Amino acid sequence: MSLTNDYIKQRLAEKFGESISQVEESFGMLSFAAPKDLNLKVMQFLYDDEELQFRFLTDLTAVHYPNRTGEELAVVYHLYNFRERVRLRFKVYTSIEDTRVFTATRLFESANWMERETYDFFGVNFVGHPNLKRILNVDEMTYFPMRKEFPLEDQTRTDKDDEMFGRGGHIGI
Amino acid sequence: MSEQQHITLPEGSIERQTQTLNLGPTHPATHGVFQNILEIDGERIVSSESTVGYIHRAFEKIAERRPYYQITPLTDRLNYCSSPINNMGWHMTVEKLLGIQTPKRVDYLRVIIMELARITDHLICNGVVGVDSGAFSGFLYLMKYRELAYEIYEEICGSRLTTNIGRVGGFERNFTPAAFEKIERFLKEYPVALKEFETLMNRNRIFMERTQGVGPISAERAINYGFTGPNLRAAGVDYDVRVAQPYSSYEDFEFNIPVGTTGDCYDRFLVRNAEMWESLSIIRQAMDKLKDLPSDVYHADVPAYYLPEKSAVYTKMEALIYHFKIIMGESDILPGELYNPVEGANGELGFYLISDGGRSPYRLHFRRPCFIYYQAYAELIKGAMLSDAVICMSSLNLIAGELDA
Repeated sequence: MSLTNDYIKQRLAEKFGESISQVEESFGMLSFAAPKDLNLKVMQFLYDDEELQFRFLTDLTAVHYPNRTGEELAVVYHLYNFRERVRLRFKVYTSIEDTRVFTATRLFESANWMERETYDFFGVNFVGHPNLKRILNVDEMTYFPMRKEFPLEDQTRTDKDDEMFGRGGHIGI
Repeated sequence: MSEQQHITLPEGSIERQTQTLNLGPTHPATHGVFQNILEIDGERIVSSESTVGYIHRAFEKIAERRPYYQITPLTDRLNYCSSPINNMGWHMTVEKLLGIQTPKRVDYLRVIIMELARITDHLICNGVVGVDSGAFSGFLYLMKYRELAYEIYEEICGSRLTTNIGRVGGFERNFTPAAFEKIERFLKEYPVALKEFETLMNRNRIFMERTQGVGPISAERAINYGFTGPNLRAAGVDYDVRVAQPYSSYEDFEFNIPVGTTGDCYDRFLVRNAEMWESLSIIRQAMDKLKDLPSDVYHADVPAYYLPEKSAVYTKMEALIYHFKIIMGESDILPGELYNPVEGANGELGFYLISDGGRSPYRLHFRRPCFIYYQAYAELIKGAMLSDAVICMSSLNLIAGELDA
Protein backbone atom coordinates (compact mmCIF):
# COMPACT_ATOMS: atom_id res chain seq x y z
CA MET A 1 0.00 0.00 0.00
CA SER A 2 1.29 3.38 -0.74
CA LEU A 3 1.46 6.06 1.85
CA THR A 4 -0.51 9.11 0.80
CA ASN A 5 -0.47 12.57 2.31
CA ASP A 6 -4.17 12.23 3.09
CA TYR A 7 -3.53 9.10 5.08
CA ILE A 8 -0.72 10.75 7.07
CA LYS A 9 -2.99 13.70 7.77
CA GLN A 10 -5.72 11.39 8.96
CA ARG A 11 -3.38 9.46 11.26
CA LEU A 12 -1.98 12.67 12.73
CA ALA A 13 -5.46 14.05 13.30
CA GLU A 14 -6.48 10.84 15.07
CA LYS A 15 -3.46 10.92 17.32
CA PHE A 16 -2.99 14.62 18.05
CA GLY A 17 -6.34 16.12 17.14
CA GLU A 18 -6.44 19.88 17.28
CA SER A 19 -2.73 20.26 18.03
CA ILE A 20 -1.80 19.78 14.39
CA SER A 21 -2.11 23.05 12.52
CA GLN A 22 -1.06 24.76 9.29
CA VAL A 23 -1.53 21.59 7.30
CA GLU A 24 -0.67 22.27 3.68
CA GLU A 25 0.75 20.58 0.66
CA SER A 26 3.09 22.60 -1.46
CA PHE A 27 4.93 20.98 -4.36
CA GLY A 28 3.56 17.63 -3.27
CA MET A 29 5.11 17.66 0.18
CA LEU A 30 2.94 17.52 3.27
CA SER A 31 3.75 20.24 5.76
CA PHE A 32 2.30 20.82 9.20
CA ALA A 33 3.03 22.50 12.50
CA ALA A 34 2.57 21.44 16.11
CA PRO A 35 3.09 23.11 19.50
CA LYS A 36 6.74 23.07 20.45
CA ASP A 37 6.31 20.92 23.56
CA LEU A 38 4.85 18.19 21.35
CA ASN A 39 7.74 18.06 18.88
CA LEU A 40 9.27 14.87 20.29
CA LYS A 41 5.92 13.16 20.69
CA VAL A 42 5.03 13.86 17.07
CA MET A 43 8.39 12.67 15.77
CA GLN A 44 8.36 9.59 17.98
CA PHE A 45 4.89 8.74 16.68
CA LEU A 46 6.00 9.21 13.08
CA TYR A 47 9.08 7.11 13.79
CA ASP A 48 7.46 4.21 15.65
CA ASP A 49 4.23 3.79 13.76
CA GLU A 50 4.40 0.66 11.62
CA GLU A 51 2.77 2.31 8.64
CA LEU A 52 4.33 5.74 8.79
CA GLN A 53 7.96 4.85 9.56
CA PHE A 54 9.51 8.28 9.15
CA ARG A 55 12.90 7.14 10.36
CA PHE A 56 15.29 9.43 8.54
CA LEU A 57 15.88 13.00 9.58
CA THR A 58 16.82 14.60 6.29
CA ASP A 59 17.24 18.14 7.46
CA LEU A 60 16.81 20.34 10.48
CA THR A 61 17.00 24.10 10.38
CA ALA A 62 15.21 27.24 11.51
CA VAL A 63 13.61 30.30 9.96
CA HIS A 64 13.22 33.71 11.54
CA TYR A 65 9.96 35.62 11.06
CA PRO A 66 10.44 38.89 12.98
CA ASN A 67 6.86 40.01 12.44
CA ARG A 68 5.12 37.00 13.97
CA THR A 69 4.90 38.02 17.61
CA GLY A 70 5.27 35.09 19.99
CA GLU A 71 6.37 32.66 17.29
CA GLU A 72 9.31 34.40 15.70
CA LEU A 73 11.41 31.31 15.20
CA ALA A 74 10.29 28.25 13.29
CA VAL A 75 12.29 25.05 13.72
CA VAL A 76 11.83 22.99 10.57
CA TYR A 77 12.30 19.23 10.39
CA HIS A 78 12.30 17.32 7.12
CA LEU A 79 11.55 13.64 7.62
CA TYR A 80 11.76 10.82 5.13
CA ASN A 81 10.29 7.36 4.84
CA PHE A 82 12.69 5.07 2.96
CA ARG A 83 10.18 2.35 2.24
CA GLU A 84 7.42 4.46 0.72
CA ARG A 85 9.70 7.26 -0.49
CA VAL A 86 7.62 9.95 1.16
CA ARG A 87 8.88 13.20 2.59
CA LEU A 88 7.20 15.51 5.02
CA ARG A 89 7.95 18.82 6.66
CA PHE A 90 7.22 19.44 10.30
CA LYS A 91 7.51 22.79 12.05
CA VAL A 92 7.41 24.01 15.57
CA TYR A 93 7.28 27.68 16.43
CA THR A 94 8.91 29.29 19.40
CA SER A 95 9.05 32.83 20.71
CA ILE A 96 12.37 34.62 20.53
CA GLU A 97 12.36 35.37 24.27
CA ASP A 98 12.05 31.73 25.29
CA THR A 99 13.71 29.66 22.60
CA ARG A 100 13.64 26.34 24.41
CA VAL A 101 12.75 23.38 22.19
CA PHE A 102 13.31 19.73 23.04
CA THR A 103 16.27 18.12 21.31
CA ALA A 104 15.80 15.35 18.77
CA THR A 105 19.21 13.83 19.45
CA ARG A 106 17.75 10.88 21.39
CA LEU A 107 15.82 9.90 18.29
CA PHE A 108 18.33 10.81 15.58
CA GLU A 109 22.10 11.00 16.03
CA SER A 110 22.17 13.23 12.96
CA ALA A 111 20.28 15.92 14.85
CA ASN A 112 23.36 16.60 16.97
CA TRP A 113 25.29 18.86 14.62
CA MET A 114 22.22 20.16 12.84
CA GLU A 115 20.87 21.40 16.16
CA ARG A 116 24.22 22.92 17.02
CA GLU A 117 24.15 24.71 13.68
CA THR A 118 20.60 25.94 14.33
CA TYR A 119 21.64 27.14 17.78
CA ASP A 120 24.70 28.81 16.31
CA PHE A 121 22.77 30.82 13.73
CA PHE A 122 19.34 31.33 15.31
CA GLY A 123 19.85 30.83 19.03
CA VAL A 124 17.35 28.02 19.39
CA ASN A 125 18.05 26.47 22.77
CA PHE A 126 17.67 22.72 22.37
CA VAL A 127 16.85 21.36 25.80
CA GLY A 128 18.68 18.12 26.58
CA HIS A 129 21.26 18.42 23.81
CA PRO A 130 24.49 16.71 24.88
CA ASN A 131 26.85 19.36 23.56
CA LEU A 132 25.02 22.54 22.60
CA LYS A 133 27.76 24.95 21.56
CA ARG A 134 28.60 26.91 18.45
CA ILE A 135 29.79 24.87 15.50
CA LEU A 136 30.57 27.04 12.46
CA ASN A 137 31.05 30.44 14.08
CA VAL A 138 33.67 31.36 16.65
CA ASP A 139 32.89 30.57 20.27
CA GLU A 140 33.28 34.21 21.29
CA MET A 141 30.38 35.36 19.14
CA THR A 142 27.62 36.92 21.23
CA TYR A 143 24.77 37.10 18.70
CA PHE A 144 22.91 34.82 16.31
CA PRO A 145 23.77 36.01 12.82
CA MET A 146 21.01 34.45 10.70
CA ARG A 147 18.31 36.42 12.49
CA LYS A 148 16.82 39.04 10.27
CA GLU A 149 17.86 42.00 12.42
CA PHE A 150 21.45 41.56 11.34
CA PRO A 151 21.83 43.21 7.97
CA LEU A 152 24.30 41.69 5.57
CA GLU A 153 25.37 44.76 3.66
CA ASP A 154 27.21 47.89 4.63
CA GLN A 155 24.65 50.21 6.26
CA THR A 156 25.65 53.17 4.12
CA ARG A 157 24.62 51.47 0.89
CA THR A 158 21.18 52.19 -0.43
CA ASP A 159 21.32 49.97 -3.51
CA LYS A 160 20.87 46.91 -1.30
CA ASP A 161 17.80 48.15 0.56
CA ASP A 162 14.87 45.82 0.94
CA GLU A 163 12.88 47.69 -1.68
CA MET A 164 15.55 46.77 -4.21
CA PHE A 165 14.64 43.15 -3.54
CA GLY A 166 10.91 43.61 -4.03
CA ARG A 167 10.04 43.95 -0.38
CA GLY A 168 8.28 47.01 0.99
CA GLY A 169 9.90 48.66 3.97
CA HIS A 170 12.53 46.97 6.01
CA ILE A 171 12.77 43.59 7.63
CA GLY A 172 14.00 43.89 11.17
CA ILE A 173 15.94 47.13 11.30
CA MET B 1 51.29 -0.31 39.47
CA SER B 2 54.34 0.84 41.37
CA GLU B 3 54.68 2.21 44.87
CA GLN B 4 54.94 5.70 43.43
CA GLN B 5 51.19 5.84 43.09
CA HIS B 6 50.70 8.14 46.05
CA ILE B 7 52.77 10.87 44.38
CA THR B 8 50.54 13.28 42.48
CA LEU B 9 52.12 13.70 39.08
CA PRO B 10 51.49 16.80 37.00
CA GLU B 11 49.13 16.44 34.05
CA GLY B 12 50.89 15.18 30.93
CA SER B 13 53.75 13.45 32.68
CA ILE B 14 54.88 9.99 31.78
CA GLU B 15 52.41 8.16 34.02
CA ARG B 16 49.48 9.45 32.03
CA GLN B 17 48.14 6.71 29.83
CA THR B 18 46.85 8.67 26.85
CA GLN B 19 47.99 11.73 25.00
CA THR B 20 46.29 14.38 22.93
CA LEU B 21 47.11 14.80 19.28
CA ASN B 22 45.89 17.49 16.95
CA LEU B 23 45.20 16.01 13.54
CA GLY B 24 44.77 19.12 11.47
CA PRO B 25 43.55 21.82 10.83
CA THR B 26 46.29 21.99 8.19
CA HIS B 27 47.66 18.52 7.98
CA PRO B 28 48.84 17.14 4.62
CA ALA B 29 46.84 13.96 5.15
CA THR B 30 43.50 15.62 5.71
CA HIS B 31 42.89 17.17 2.24
CA GLY B 32 41.23 20.30 3.50
CA VAL B 33 40.76 22.22 6.68
CA PHE B 34 39.70 19.57 9.18
CA GLN B 35 40.73 19.57 12.79
CA ASN B 36 40.39 16.47 14.90
CA ILE B 37 41.55 16.46 18.48
CA LEU B 38 42.44 12.84 19.11
CA GLU B 39 42.98 11.21 22.44
CA ILE B 40 45.39 8.38 21.67
CA ASP B 41 46.76 5.49 23.62
CA GLY B 42 49.95 4.65 21.78
CA GLU B 43 48.66 4.49 18.20
CA ARG B 44 45.13 3.57 19.14
CA ILE B 45 42.41 6.22 19.15
CA VAL B 46 40.49 6.39 22.40
CA SER B 47 38.25 9.30 21.53
CA SER B 48 38.16 12.21 19.16
CA GLU B 49 36.47 15.50 18.70
CA SER B 50 36.01 17.22 15.36
CA THR B 51 36.14 20.97 14.99
CA VAL B 52 34.56 22.43 11.88
CA GLY B 53 33.89 25.89 10.55
CA TYR B 54 37.37 27.05 9.51
CA ILE B 55 36.19 28.14 6.08
CA HIS B 56 32.65 29.13 6.93
CA ARG B 57 31.56 31.86 4.50
CA ALA B 58 27.94 32.46 5.53
CA PHE B 59 26.44 31.46 2.17
CA GLU B 60 22.96 31.17 3.61
CA LYS B 61 23.08 34.74 4.88
CA ILE B 62 24.61 36.06 1.65
CA ALA B 63 21.91 34.28 -0.36
CA GLU B 64 19.24 36.33 1.39
CA ARG B 65 20.60 39.41 -0.36
CA ARG B 66 21.30 38.05 -3.83
CA PRO B 67 19.01 37.72 -6.81
CA TYR B 68 18.40 34.10 -7.76
CA TYR B 69 20.90 33.97 -10.61
CA GLN B 70 23.67 35.34 -8.38
CA ILE B 71 23.28 32.43 -5.98
CA THR B 72 24.60 29.90 -8.53
CA PRO B 73 28.24 30.94 -7.95
CA LEU B 74 27.71 30.41 -4.20
CA THR B 75 26.64 26.83 -4.83
CA ASP B 76 29.85 26.27 -6.85
CA ARG B 77 31.81 26.60 -3.69
CA LEU B 78 29.98 23.98 -1.68
CA ASN B 79 31.24 20.68 -3.03
CA TYR B 80 33.86 22.11 -5.37
CA CYS B 81 34.84 18.67 -6.69
CA SER B 82 31.48 18.44 -8.43
CA SER B 83 30.25 22.02 -8.82
CA PRO B 84 27.97 21.31 -11.82
CA ILE B 85 25.70 19.10 -9.69
CA ASN B 86 25.30 21.91 -7.16
CA ASN B 87 24.64 24.46 -9.90
CA MET B 88 22.00 22.35 -11.56
CA GLY B 89 20.43 21.39 -8.27
CA TRP B 90 19.95 25.08 -7.63
CA HIS B 91 18.59 25.77 -11.11
CA MET B 92 16.14 22.90 -10.76
CA THR B 93 15.01 24.19 -7.37
CA VAL B 94 14.22 27.60 -8.85
CA GLU B 95 12.57 25.99 -11.87
CA LYS B 96 10.38 23.93 -9.59
CA LEU B 97 9.39 27.05 -7.68
CA LEU B 98 8.58 28.93 -10.87
CA GLY B 99 6.92 25.94 -12.52
CA ILE B 100 9.28 25.89 -15.48
CA GLN B 101 9.24 22.73 -17.62
CA THR B 102 12.57 22.12 -19.30
CA PRO B 103 12.77 20.41 -22.69
CA LYS B 104 14.04 16.83 -22.80
CA ARG B 105 17.24 17.85 -24.51
CA VAL B 106 18.10 20.22 -21.65
CA ASP B 107 17.45 17.40 -19.17
CA TYR B 108 19.73 15.03 -21.05
CA LEU B 109 22.49 17.61 -21.43
CA ARG B 110 22.24 18.22 -17.69
CA VAL B 111 22.40 14.51 -16.99
CA ILE B 112 25.60 14.27 -19.05
CA ILE B 113 27.24 17.09 -17.12
CA MET B 114 26.03 15.88 -13.73
CA GLU B 115 27.27 12.35 -14.33
CA LEU B 116 30.58 13.71 -15.57
CA ALA B 117 30.80 15.68 -12.33
CA ARG B 118 29.97 12.57 -10.34
CA ILE B 119 32.82 10.74 -12.06
CA THR B 120 35.32 13.55 -11.38
CA ASP B 121 34.26 13.64 -7.74
CA HIS B 122 34.50 9.88 -7.26
CA LEU B 123 37.82 9.61 -9.05
CA ILE B 124 39.36 12.19 -6.74
CA CYS B 125 37.94 10.48 -3.70
CA ASN B 126 38.98 6.99 -4.68
CA GLY B 127 42.34 8.19 -5.97
CA VAL B 128 43.00 9.85 -2.64
CA VAL B 129 42.01 6.75 -0.68
CA GLY B 130 44.73 5.04 -2.70
CA VAL B 131 47.24 7.81 -1.97
CA ASP B 132 46.53 7.65 1.75
CA SER B 133 47.12 3.93 1.76
CA GLY B 134 50.40 4.36 -0.09
CA ALA B 135 49.46 3.80 -3.75
CA PHE B 136 50.10 6.99 -5.65
CA SER B 137 50.03 5.70 -9.22
CA GLY B 138 46.30 5.01 -9.45
CA PHE B 139 45.59 8.58 -8.50
CA LEU B 140 47.85 9.87 -11.28
CA TYR B 141 46.23 7.64 -13.91
CA LEU B 142 42.79 8.95 -13.05
CA MET B 143 43.78 12.57 -12.53
CA LYS B 144 44.65 12.84 -16.23
CA TYR B 145 40.96 12.31 -17.02
CA ARG B 146 39.74 14.87 -14.56
CA GLU B 147 41.70 17.28 -16.69
CA LEU B 148 39.77 16.06 -19.74
CA ALA B 149 36.47 16.44 -17.88
CA TYR B 150 37.44 19.98 -16.90
CA GLU B 151 38.18 20.73 -20.54
CA ILE B 152 34.62 19.64 -21.31
CA TYR B 153 33.26 22.07 -18.72
CA GLU B 154 35.52 24.73 -20.14
CA GLU B 155 34.14 24.10 -23.60
CA ILE B 156 30.58 24.45 -22.33
CA CYS B 157 30.73 27.28 -19.82
CA GLY B 158 34.24 28.71 -19.93
CA SER B 159 35.43 27.75 -16.48
CA ARG B 160 36.82 24.67 -14.84
CA LEU B 161 36.54 24.28 -11.09
CA THR B 162 33.84 26.68 -9.93
CA THR B 163 31.79 26.28 -13.04
CA ASN B 164 28.65 28.42 -12.64
CA ILE B 165 27.35 26.22 -15.44
CA GLY B 166 23.90 26.62 -16.93
CA ARG B 167 21.14 29.08 -16.14
CA VAL B 168 17.64 28.86 -14.73
CA GLY B 169 15.80 27.28 -17.67
CA GLY B 170 18.73 25.55 -19.36
CA PHE B 171 22.21 26.39 -20.55
CA GLU B 172 23.63 29.78 -21.42
CA ARG B 173 24.69 28.53 -24.85
CA ASN B 174 24.43 25.38 -26.88
CA PHE B 175 27.04 22.63 -26.63
CA THR B 176 29.63 23.02 -29.34
CA PRO B 177 30.62 20.10 -31.59
CA ALA B 178 33.99 20.21 -29.83
CA ALA B 179 32.25 19.60 -26.51
CA PHE B 180 30.55 16.50 -27.89
CA GLU B 181 33.82 15.30 -29.37
CA LYS B 182 35.50 15.65 -25.99
CA ILE B 183 32.68 13.80 -24.27
CA GLU B 184 33.04 11.00 -26.80
CA ARG B 185 36.78 10.97 -26.19
CA PHE B 186 36.14 10.78 -22.45
CA LEU B 187 33.74 7.88 -22.93
CA LYS B 188 36.34 6.08 -25.03
CA GLU B 189 39.45 6.69 -22.96
CA TYR B 190 38.25 6.85 -19.38
CA PRO B 191 37.04 3.23 -19.12
CA VAL B 192 40.55 2.07 -20.04
CA ALA B 193 42.09 4.10 -17.21
CA LEU B 194 39.38 3.09 -14.76
CA LYS B 195 39.89 -0.57 -15.63
CA GLU B 196 43.60 -0.16 -15.04
CA PHE B 197 42.91 1.60 -11.74
CA GLU B 198 40.67 -1.23 -10.64
CA THR B 199 43.27 -3.85 -11.54
CA LEU B 200 45.75 -1.94 -9.41
CA MET B 201 43.52 -1.54 -6.39
CA ASN B 202 40.47 -3.76 -6.09
CA ARG B 203 42.16 -7.10 -5.40
CA ASN B 204 45.42 -5.64 -4.15
CA ARG B 205 46.24 -7.50 -0.95
CA ILE B 206 47.92 -4.52 0.73
CA PHE B 207 45.08 -2.19 -0.17
CA MET B 208 42.47 -4.67 1.02
CA GLU B 209 44.23 -5.18 4.33
CA ARG B 210 44.43 -1.44 4.83
CA THR B 211 40.78 -0.73 4.08
CA GLN B 212 38.70 -3.80 4.95
CA GLY B 213 37.07 -3.51 8.34
CA VAL B 214 38.28 0.06 8.74
CA GLY B 215 35.62 2.56 9.76
CA PRO B 216 32.64 0.24 9.31
CA ILE B 217 29.07 1.29 10.02
CA SER B 218 25.86 -0.72 10.08
CA ALA B 219 22.91 0.26 7.90
CA GLU B 220 20.87 1.14 10.95
CA ARG B 221 23.52 3.42 12.45
CA ALA B 222 24.19 4.98 9.04
CA ILE B 223 20.52 5.90 8.68
CA ASN B 224 20.41 7.23 12.21
CA TYR B 225 23.48 9.33 11.50
CA GLY B 226 21.89 10.79 8.38
CA PHE B 227 24.25 9.14 5.88
CA THR B 228 23.33 9.51 2.22
CA GLY B 229 24.98 8.85 -1.09
CA PRO B 230 27.74 6.26 -1.62
CA ASN B 231 28.49 6.11 2.12
CA LEU B 232 24.95 4.97 2.90
CA ARG B 233 24.88 2.60 -0.06
CA ALA B 234 28.14 1.03 1.10
CA ALA B 235 26.31 0.13 4.31
CA GLY B 236 23.69 -1.69 2.25
CA VAL B 237 20.82 0.78 1.85
CA ASP B 238 19.81 1.27 -1.78
CA TYR B 239 18.76 4.89 -1.41
CA ASP B 240 19.53 7.13 -4.37
CA VAL B 241 17.61 10.36 -5.03
CA ARG B 242 17.95 9.75 -8.78
CA VAL B 243 15.70 6.72 -8.37
CA ALA B 244 13.64 7.61 -5.32
CA GLN B 245 12.56 10.98 -6.68
CA PRO B 246 13.73 11.24 -10.27
CA TYR B 247 14.62 14.69 -11.51
CA SER B 248 15.97 15.91 -14.84
CA SER B 249 14.48 12.86 -16.62
CA TYR B 250 16.60 10.29 -14.75
CA GLU B 251 13.61 7.97 -15.07
CA ASP B 252 14.47 7.59 -18.78
CA PHE B 253 17.77 5.88 -18.02
CA GLU B 254 18.69 2.31 -17.15
CA PHE B 255 21.24 2.06 -14.39
CA ASN B 256 22.05 0.04 -11.31
CA ILE B 257 22.51 1.26 -7.77
CA PRO B 258 25.59 -0.50 -6.41
CA VAL B 259 25.40 -1.34 -2.72
CA GLY B 260 27.90 -2.71 -0.23
CA THR B 261 27.39 -4.73 2.92
CA THR B 262 29.70 -3.66 5.72
CA GLY B 263 29.96 0.09 5.18
CA ASP B 264 33.74 0.03 5.68
CA CYS B 265 36.33 1.94 3.67
CA TYR B 266 36.73 -0.91 1.20
CA ASP B 267 33.00 -1.06 0.48
CA ARG B 268 32.80 2.67 0.08
CA PHE B 269 35.67 2.45 -2.39
CA LEU B 270 34.02 -0.34 -4.38
CA VAL B 271 30.64 1.42 -4.44
CA ARG B 272 32.24 4.57 -5.83
CA ASN B 273 34.11 2.59 -8.46
CA ALA B 274 30.94 0.80 -9.51
CA GLU B 275 29.08 4.11 -9.63
CA MET B 276 31.64 5.49 -12.06
CA TRP B 277 30.82 2.63 -14.44
CA GLU B 278 27.12 3.34 -14.06
CA SER B 279 27.71 7.04 -14.71
CA LEU B 280 29.63 6.20 -17.87
CA SER B 281 26.72 4.08 -19.02
CA ILE B 282 24.26 6.90 -18.27
CA ILE B 283 26.34 9.38 -20.27
CA ARG B 284 26.45 6.89 -23.16
CA GLN B 285 22.66 6.48 -23.05
CA ALA B 286 22.16 10.24 -22.91
CA MET B 287 24.44 10.77 -25.90
CA ASP B 288 22.41 8.24 -27.87
CA LYS B 289 19.11 9.81 -26.84
CA LEU B 290 20.34 13.24 -27.93
CA LYS B 291 20.66 12.02 -31.53
CA ASP B 292 16.86 11.81 -31.82
CA LEU B 293 16.24 15.32 -30.54
CA PRO B 294 16.44 18.69 -32.31
CA SER B 295 19.98 19.94 -31.84
CA ASP B 296 19.18 23.62 -31.36
CA VAL B 297 17.20 23.41 -28.11
CA TYR B 298 19.26 24.26 -25.06
CA HIS B 299 16.92 26.22 -22.83
CA ALA B 300 13.27 26.38 -21.85
CA ASP B 301 11.06 29.02 -23.36
CA VAL B 302 10.79 31.33 -20.35
CA PRO B 303 11.59 34.85 -21.55
CA ALA B 304 10.90 36.38 -18.14
CA TYR B 305 13.71 34.43 -16.47
CA TYR B 306 16.09 33.34 -19.21
CA LEU B 307 18.41 36.06 -20.49
CA PRO B 308 17.74 36.68 -24.21
CA GLU B 309 20.39 36.52 -26.93
CA LYS B 310 22.46 39.67 -27.24
CA SER B 311 21.55 40.13 -30.91
CA ALA B 312 17.87 40.00 -30.03
CA VAL B 313 18.35 42.58 -27.28
CA TYR B 314 19.64 45.08 -29.84
CA THR B 315 16.89 44.48 -32.35
CA LYS B 316 13.71 43.39 -30.56
CA MET B 317 11.73 45.36 -28.02
CA GLU B 318 10.53 42.39 -25.92
CA ALA B 319 14.03 41.02 -25.63
CA LEU B 320 15.29 44.42 -24.50
CA ILE B 321 12.56 44.67 -21.86
CA TYR B 322 13.26 41.20 -20.49
CA HIS B 323 17.00 41.77 -20.58
CA PHE B 324 16.53 44.93 -18.55
CA LYS B 325 14.12 43.34 -16.10
CA ILE B 326 16.34 40.34 -15.48
CA ILE B 327 19.52 42.36 -15.09
CA MET B 328 17.84 44.87 -12.78
CA GLY B 329 16.28 42.00 -10.83
CA GLU B 330 12.70 43.01 -11.48
CA SER B 331 11.33 39.65 -12.56
CA ASP B 332 8.76 38.53 -10.02
CA ILE B 333 9.61 35.34 -8.19
CA LEU B 334 6.53 33.53 -6.90
CA PRO B 335 6.12 33.01 -3.17
CA GLY B 336 6.47 29.42 -2.09
CA GLU B 337 8.28 26.96 0.08
CA LEU B 338 9.98 23.84 -1.17
CA TYR B 339 12.65 21.30 -0.44
CA ASN B 340 14.35 20.00 -3.54
CA PRO B 341 16.98 17.27 -3.26
CA VAL B 342 19.45 16.08 -5.88
CA GLU B 343 21.88 13.20 -5.66
CA GLY B 344 25.17 15.00 -5.14
CA ALA B 345 28.41 13.10 -5.57
CA ASN B 346 28.74 12.51 -1.83
CA GLY B 347 25.10 12.36 -0.82
CA GLU B 348 21.75 14.03 -0.90
CA LEU B 349 22.21 17.71 -1.57
CA GLY B 350 19.03 19.50 -0.60
CA PHE B 351 17.88 23.06 -1.16
CA TYR B 352 15.28 24.28 1.29
CA LEU B 353 13.99 27.50 -0.23
CA ILE B 354 11.42 29.90 1.13
CA SER B 355 10.40 32.69 -1.19
CA ASP B 356 8.18 35.49 0.05
CA GLY B 357 7.78 36.96 -3.42
CA GLY B 358 10.90 39.10 -3.11
CA ARG B 359 13.72 38.99 -5.62
CA SER B 360 16.04 37.16 -3.28
CA PRO B 361 15.15 34.11 -1.17
CA TYR B 362 13.58 34.83 2.21
CA ARG B 363 15.51 31.85 3.52
CA LEU B 364 17.73 29.38 1.75
CA HIS B 365 19.16 26.40 3.54
CA PHE B 366 21.58 23.94 1.99
CA ARG B 367 21.35 20.38 3.21
CA ARG B 368 25.02 19.55 2.89
CA PRO B 369 25.49 15.79 3.00
CA CYS B 370 29.00 15.73 4.42
CA PHE B 371 28.18 18.15 7.24
CA ILE B 372 25.63 15.64 8.42
CA TYR B 373 27.58 12.43 8.07
CA TYR B 374 30.87 13.83 9.34
CA GLN B 375 29.49 13.66 12.89
CA ALA B 376 29.77 9.89 12.69
CA TYR B 377 33.54 10.17 12.22
CA ALA B 378 34.25 10.01 15.96
CA GLU B 379 32.32 6.76 16.18
CA LEU B 380 33.90 5.31 13.02
CA ILE B 381 37.49 5.75 14.21
CA LYS B 382 37.04 4.91 17.87
CA GLY B 383 39.46 2.12 18.72
CA ALA B 384 41.13 2.30 15.30
CA MET B 385 44.77 3.05 14.57
CA LEU B 386 45.90 6.56 13.74
CA SER B 387 46.70 5.59 10.15
CA ASP B 388 43.20 4.13 9.76
CA ALA B 389 41.70 7.46 10.81
CA VAL B 390 43.41 9.10 7.84
CA ILE B 391 42.08 6.55 5.34
CA CYS B 392 38.65 6.66 6.93
CA MET B 393 38.50 10.42 6.50
CA SER B 394 39.42 10.35 2.83
CA SER B 395 37.03 7.49 2.09
CA LEU B 396 34.12 9.46 3.55
CA ASN B 397 34.63 12.03 0.78
CA LEU B 398 34.54 15.08 3.01
CA ILE B 399 34.74 18.37 1.17
CA ALA B 400 35.66 21.28 3.41
CA GLY B 401 33.74 23.82 1.33
CA GLU B 402 30.54 21.89 1.71
CA LEU B 403 31.11 21.05 5.35
CA ASP B 404 31.41 24.68 6.37
CA ALA B 405 29.15 26.32 3.76
